[in-house]
Amino acid sequence: MFENISNHLFNSEELKTVEKHISKYPTKMSAIMPVLWMVQEKEGWISTDNMKYVGQLLELPYEHVLGVATFYTMYFKKPVGKYHLQICTNVSCMLCGGTELFKYVSDKLGIKNKEVTSDGIFSIEEVECLGSCGTAPMLQVNNKEYYENLTLPQVDELISKFRSEASKN
Amino acid sequence: MVKLILKDIPDFHKIDVYEKNGGYQTLKKALGMSQQEIIDEVKKSNLKGRGGACFPTGMKWSFLAKNDKPKYLICNGDESEPGSFKDREIFEKNPHQFLEGVLISAYALGVKDAYVYIRGEYWRWINMMEVALADAYKKGYVGKNIFGTDFSVNIHIHSGAGAYICGEESSMMNSLEGKRAYPRVKPPFPAVIGVWGCPTIINNIETLTNIPEIVKNGGEWFSKIGAAAHPGTLLFGVSGHVNKPGVYELETGTPLMTIINDVCGGVKNGKQIKMVIPGGSSMPPLTREECLTMKMDNESLKAIGSAIGTAGVMIMDEDTDLLKVLKRITKFYYHESCGQCTPCREGCGWMLRVLDRIDRGEGRQEDLDLLISVAENIEGNTICALGDAAAWPVKWTIRKFRDEFAAKIPKHAVTIPILNKVHGVRKETDGFNILKQNNENEVVVSLMGKVQEDLNDESVRYSG
Ligand SMILES: Cc1cc2nc3c(=O)[nH]c(=O)nc-3n(C[C@H](O)[C@H](O)[C@H](O)COP(=O)(O)O)c2cc1C
Ligand code: SF4
Ligand code: FES
Repeated sequence: MFENISNHLFNSEELKTVEKHISKYPTKMSAIMPVLWMVQEKEGWISTDNMKYVGQLLELPYEHVLGVATFYTMYFKKPVGKYHLQICTNVSCMLCGGTELFKYVSDKLGIKNKEVTSDGIFSIEEVECLGSCGTAPMLQVNNKEYYENLTLPQVDELISKFRSEASKN
Repeated sequence: MVKLILKDIPDFHKIDVYEKNGGYQTLKKALGMSQQEIIDEVKKSNLKGRGGACFPTGMKWSFLAKNDKPKYLICNGDESEPGSFKDREIFEKNPHQFLEGVLISAYALGVKDAYVYIRGEYWRWINMMEVALADAYKKGYVGKNIFGTDFSVNIHIHSGAGAYICGEESSMMNSLEGKRAYPRVKPPFPAVIGVWGCPTIINNIETLTNIPEIVKNGGEWFSKIGAAAHPGTLLFGVSGHVNKPGVYELETGTPLMTIINDVCGGVKNGKQIKMVIPGGSSMPPLTREECLTMKMDNESLKAIGSAIGTAGVMIMDEDTDLLKVLKRITKFYYHESCGQCTPCREGCGWMLRVLDRIDRGEGRQEDLDLLISVAENIEGNTICALGDAAAWPVKWTIRKFRDEFAAKIPKHAVTIPILNKVHGVRKETDGFNILKQNNENEVVVSLMGKVQEDLNDESVRYSG
């Protein structure tokens, strides 16, 4: 399907997955969200070049891809830390210490909202309700795993664990 | 207590356990019924949508346009209204009953492709649904010629990517189409012109999970559970200051105090309730007095000007700072406004800035009325209901708890001379909150914080 496209990101296996996503919808345009997810899964974020590439794959102008990518907060338009810590401070979490948790992690790592530590290991983001209100306070890592009912010592432990994992790779 | 969804059967999320307990047999039964018979049962059941608007499901289904275009079913699992975490419980504990509900609904509506839209943050629950769906495909419950009939349907899972607005039905359709997810002007309604220009039904995950129980036991049976005007059970997501927060399935009409005290173990540290938000952050709040007699169904809540919303119940104790709560809620809607309509885009920002200045001790006497007026100018004047969702909490929290907000606003402003003429005016860093500059010699400051301590200071003069 993609013979005429200079291929700089996806291998043939991944291109098959792109085709599978396209086949789920009546229009090619609809596959844009899953394909942007694939890019981010592979690269950690979505660069301008890769938005252009997605545009080629789905026969969409770059501007359209940019428009969609910027509409959603979970698509990273610039690189984040190896461990991106997303802490909810919305009401239920706020009532149970979410605001303090965010401040604690921010102070501990010495970075503010949406900043990355100088070693590139951590970044933090204050996020909206993640549907974990009954298990507050919470944090999510890299758009994936939830850590719930957190206490500050548990957060310390988690951060040390990530730090040592990062130093191994 | 009837349990229609969270059935307390170990490993119920696994397909073989689900099958052993009668799973997918209602689908078989449904395929022996006519499409109209199923729609009639759903109408009889008086099932109302669990996604927030409480719209009668059977009625919505009967609006589906009858033309030769493909029909689509969208299952709304965006679940992003603060305080809501119930659909996630279904993905985790009872995914197959949900899928069976989708299949029965698809059959009744003549749908060949159904899309399950799940918020992107629910990565773990998307994976669980992928597993459940693959199992159902393997067993032949989804796909071609189900139970040997000529009914075929595909179910697709679509992951969101972090935008609350995608929960709004027409925004979700634009999101599925691969566009920026702006809500659409209605009419036309989705049942006539929906996703990809085709007739579309969009229902919440919990709504659809009720369908197998209705088809199995009959609409009339369902209509007798719980509160007559809003029958069935609800998955109440209780959070905030209670001892045992969590998701609990209870009949509609259950007294709020039963939920708080008997189900959730009471308010934390034995404190009193100050305020309860009954159905996700956009719903008008309840005072302590209202909580004491409130029954948790839509009609009872409507009687005092609120609604059941998503049944996300947020409990706040006597020490809660309601200004901080309201500011946080408003910040959320400000952040999530898609920006299409001026009242919503600008109004949310205004409300946030006014709340913020009250919080900084720089509030003005007229601010509470200003907030209510901005809220009322948003309400009803926007393309989608996010505008209302932002306006209601502001309007009703201030109306119901006006004294608490008024107490945060300085009673008197004082006029003081400018001491440091070299720098023009006093700086905020001097500890004064400057409200306005009268002329080159005088500024008006609020009587909060440091200013009060400085009252004995010769240089401070009263002006009222
Ligand atoms: C701003 C906004 C956000 C919404 N978010 C959701 C949501 O996350 N999940 C949901 O089921 N409905 C949500 N809704 C309601 C949907 O528009 C729609 O009414 C609902 O999905 C219909 O399903 P139901 O009839 O089964 O309740 C939202 C509405 C608005 C205005
Ligand atoms: S009300 Fe707000 S969120 Fe809804 S369409 Fe208008 S600007 Fe967008
Ligand atoms: S308020 Fe934090 S997860 Fe819902």
